[in-house]
Amino acid sequence: MTLVLNRIDDRLIHGQVVVGWGQPLDVAFIVLVDDVVAESDWEQELYRMGVPPEMEVRFHSAAEAGPQLDHYRTEMRPGILLTGDIATMKCLVEHGGVREVNVGGIHHRAGRTQHLRYVFLTPAEAAALRELAALGAVVTAQDVPATRAVPLDELLASREDA
Amino acid sequence: MSDDVKRALVAGHADFAAGIVSAVEQITGRGEGLVPIQVRGLCGADIEALLKESLLTSGARVIFTDLHAGSCTMAARRVLREVPGVTLVAGANLPMLLDYALSQNPSAAEAARLAAERGRAAVSVFEVKE
Repeated sequence: MTLVLNRIDDRLIHGQVVVGWGQPLDVAFIVLVDDVVAESDWEQELYRMGVPPEMEVRFHSAAEAGPQLDHYRTEMRPGILLTGDIATMKCLVEHGGVREVNVGGIHHRAGRTQHLRYVFLTPAEAAALRELAALGAVVTAQDVPATRAVPLDELLASREDA
Repeated sequence: MSDDVKRALVAGHADFAAGIVSAVEQITGRGEGLVPIQVRGLCGADIEALLKESLLTSGARVIFTDLHAGSCTMAARRVLREVPGVTLVAGANLPMLLDYALSQNPSAAEAARLAAERGRAAVSVFEVKE
């Protein structure tokens, strides 16, 4: 097995990740890439307590994660790669060989426009997703496995009322 | 316990909070002490801010959340670090909230602990052996 999901989700570890994806994919570990969390023991403990005991969580900064991903791809068990923002995932596309990106949750914030129920983007963030695609990544939006993966062009063309 | 002290926030996925509080109201007529928090579409930081504001405006000292790994639980744990005297119970179910709503315990924290025990004990599996 390998990294079976490369997800951008500003809530990081939460129900959709641990249960929604984690159970059907039989996920054994999560690689959480976030500069703030990587520097904080308290934050790491918070996220460790959010997963079942049989699931491991490994923490990296954006800078150190890229070279580690090939190692994670050789793991016998399935894992999820998780970032809280597009910029961090871009680092992993550029330096970690990520070729498929799941936009799982970018939520409401001032200046963002709603595209899907769970995706709100500023114009700069929309452009950053296009950059991921230009770098060779297949970008889709999908919050949970039971829903349809929405292609990037459709995602960016979509508008929903908040 | 005064009504202010007894108040609790209830937060969870989708319409969990509104649904379970409406069930408490229907069964006990005392759902007004539970404040449902709607977090759909909010990022973690906004959920945290909403919980803090709701504690302040409601006077609640207890937060019930639906799922241990859920974003409401994560946000609530951050709130606990900043706001003293708040009790968080993750994994709430209806028997738990009924117990809390009906509790006469003068301590909100103790009422929450006892309600958690009641909710844990209220899970049963029934099977018909062939």
